[in-house]
Amino acid sequence: MSTIQKDFEERIEENELLNCMRCGFCLPACPTYIETKSEIHSPRGRIALMKAVRDGDIDSYEQVEESLNVCLGCRACEPACPAGVNYGHMLEEARAIFQEHNKPSIKEKTVRKTVFKQLFPNQKRMEQATSLLSFYQKSGLQKTSRKLGILKLFPKHMQQMEKALPQVSKAERSADTVFKAEGDTKATVAMFRGCLMDTMFHETNQSTIKLLNKAGCDVVVPNTQNCCGALHGHSGEKEGALDLAKKNIQAFEDVECDYIITNAGGCGAFLHDYHYLLRHDSIWSERAKEFVDKIVDFSSILIKLGFIDQHNLQVSPQYVTYQDSCHLRNVMGVYKEPRALIQAVQGGSLVEMEKADSCCGSAGIYNITQPDMSMQILDHKMKHVEKTYAQTIITSNPGCLIQMRLGIEREGKSDSMRAVHLADYLLEALVN
Amino acid sequence: MVRDSFIKSLIEIVGESHVECSEAGLMAYSFDATPNFQSKPDVVVSPANTEEISQIVKLCEKHQVPIVPRGSGTNLAAGTTPTQGGVVILFNRLDQIIEIDEENLTITVQPGVITKTICDTVEAKGLFYPPDPSSMKISTIGGNINENSGGLRGLKYGVTKDYILALEVVLPNGEVIRTGGKLAKDVAGYDLTKLLVGSEGTLGIVTEATLKLIPKPETKQTLLAIYESIDQASQTVSSIIANKMTPATLEFMDQPTIHAVEEYSHLGLPTQAEAVLLIEQDGPHSVVSEDIEQIALLCRKEGAIDVKIANTEEEANRLREGRRAALSAIARLSPTTILEDATVPRSEIAPMVRQINRIAEKYNVRIATFGHAGDGNLHPTCMTDARNQEEMERVEKAFEEIFAYAIEFGGTITGEHGVGEMKSPYLAWKVGDAGLEIMKNIKAAFDPHNIMNPRKMFAKETRKRIAL
Repeated sequence: MSTIQKDFEERIEENELLNCMRCGFCLPACPTYIETKSEIHSPRGRIALMKAVRDGDIDSYEQVEESLNVCLGCRACEPACPAGVNYGHMLEEARAIFQEHNKPSIKEKTVRKTVFKQLFPNQKRMEQATSLLSFYQKSGLQKTSRKLGILKLFPKHMQQMEKALPQVSKAERSADTVFKAEGDTKATVAMFRGCLMDTMFHETNQSTIKLLNKAGCDVVVPNTQNCCGALHGHSGEKEGALDLAKKNIQAFEDVECDYIITNAGGCGAFLHDYHYLLRHDSIWSERAKEFVDKIVDFSSILIKLGFIDQHNLQVSPQYVTYQDSCHLRNVMGVYKEPRALIQAVQGGSLVEMEKADSCCGSAGIYNITQPDMSMQILDHKMKHVEKTYAQTIITSNPGCLIQMRLGIEREGKSDSMRAVHLADYLLEALVN
Repeated sequence: MVRDSFIKSLIEIVGESHVECSEAGLMAYSFDATPNFQSKPDVVVSPANTEEISQIVKLCEKHQVPIVPRGSGTNLAAGTTPTQGGVVILFNRLDQIIEIDEENLTITVQPGVITKTICDTVEAKGLFYPPDPSSMKISTIGGNINENSGGLRGLKYGVTKDYILALEVVLPNGEVIRTGGKLAKDVAGYDLTKLLVGSEGTLGIVTEATLKLIPKPETKQTLLAIYESIDQASQTVSSIIANKMTPATLEFMDQPTIHAVEEYSHLGLPTQAEAVLLIEQDGPHSVVSEDIEQIALLCRKEGAIDVKIANTEEEANRLREGRRAALSAIARLSPTTILEDATVPRSEIAPMVRQINRIAEKYNVRIATFGHAGDGNLHPTCMTDARNQEEMERVEKAFEEIFAYAIEFGGTITGEHGVGEMKSPYLAWKVGDAGLEIMKNIKAAFDPHNIMNPRKMFAKETRKRIAL
């Protein structure tokens, strides 16, 4: 028996694999099956491959790994599954096993080390890298390298360019602070700021806090929090993810709050999975459960506290469309609330695009690791966007937001179309 | 195992990128939706047109290699599991709607078009294609034709065979024939169209089909009735039909199903209830509201403890939720779910369900039954664990007895899933030895070398009949 097979046997539960009835109801929900029409790239196909590894029925591990790598991890198959198979958990475990056994190329090692060990766990480095992005955007480089896509250029050159970059001033950082509710305090919430959201999308975090204040929340932003670890987890860097999970649980235990708020579907879903991630750790699993029970998306809390009844929301006349964040929808089950908020805005008319609930191809670092499939999915997504005549695409996750902006760039529509985070859109509507 | 030269010839026909023979690729096509059946093909091909399929078939005939045509692989009777190896033919490149003919009310499609795509496309034009198998979101029309798929609307609108007007088929010798036409009347020779529909890929490969369409019903209304006794529910079904009404949907759930659904989705269904009927009527506004009112009266008269009529689409969705969740609710309760489709005349539903529950108890297995009460098509669904050999034997015995009773009540071993390989040992129970013989002769006339989906429909041996 190979050690990979042994690891599959120990770490991927047979019951979970057998739960898959292979009914095929997941196929129409799976973006990579839709693109390829191949069972190698379908959820039930991937489960069959994982089972084949576990049962010793397949030797070509690299083919199995490739199939798992092409998976977006959007988990749209989970709500579609009659048997309630926890596909996402199996996927991450299997990826972690392969990752542990791999001898990656030096190039991949460098990127992985930079991204997972140096960049994301380190807020200061994130800030510098963010400045890099802004430099890149403002310098005109972006236009000349449009075909490459922002992110494809970004990580490859990160190490060299990091040193040359100006530092973001500290004043812009959200420190361990309390932002008081306007009027009576209805709830005390702790904000999970997220590494990308706190840097590249710093303003969106500010918008979110303002909205929460207006809805009657005291907002605490614990300073010791870290990156959620989603990108690590999705990429098979399990140890890194576990470490970050513990740090975050600790950080939020130190704060008294009714809810822990996220404004990034990807982070929210991963935080939500902490309990599963730490299930074998007797001490941490209890602590994780308490943490997980408090996680909510900001849109849910705004709806719950009656934000749309208390405030007039208005934008200039425009069509808007909403791209679901896969993990917000498929893992956290939140898709009605963002739509209700958007529909409460006067002037902005929501036109649903076809397959708004299907992945945009961003999927963490997927658009870096699988650029061809990612761009194929994005181009199809943009076709659906075009049919809505929307001037504004609203999303609720930073990865989706970057991807939709990339889509707009690729279509050459940056003069007539924009992509914004829901929080920024709502704040814009509030100020108007 | 096929030779490398065979693969090379296939590549010459369809091109390298449309031939899959990687280990993972073959594993990914080693199953359909049938529990406990798995076997790898030798190669998977995606041809682009009828001509390529004809060439593939000729090549397979020459080398005596089995062919398994496969739509989306949602089959529940191992009809698309390549148990004899060979070539799996996919239709993922034959997925175009060729024509919608609004004068003759037909749609002509390639076999790889998804059933729901057909429904949505014609409904946008005010037309209607009624067959709606539960897998319609992903099932292909080619698969539906080969399995003669049913669905929820079977009682009022019939099944796939009632809507197939014409076919283009590649025969097992590579010849291409066209059957039928855009015709309501056509008695020129044997009705090959009807013979090919439901032939489970054993007689030829469907490469194009012309389907009959009807005008889309104006409106639809939904009702849910809850009963403390299954006899009352069954009596209601009979009364509705006896009163000259044919509902578009007449779905049923038994007590074990109600328990599972309630546990899963907390809809507030009373768990002492022995049966729930979900009834829908469609058609012109005036007819629909009159029918639904009359049906509600009949439900109460026959003893329903609660009757809910939906006034809005939202309310209708809430009423449908229970029936819709039935399979999910049951599937979550065990690692292996075996979904059967024993079918009886609708007048025999109550005695049949009682037999099923008695049989489940006798063999100590868990079975919940739901299904299409209007046409007697039941889905006794077993919750089990394929790893437990001893339990699986009891499950098999239970299903044998269920099949035997279904036939005893004037029914059949399969209403809509097909015989495939799973139920082939029981086919003679339904059609008789002489019936089986003539079917085998038909198969041999079409496919003398037995290359088309071998071992499906016809078992090596018929299962010994059990005495009731």
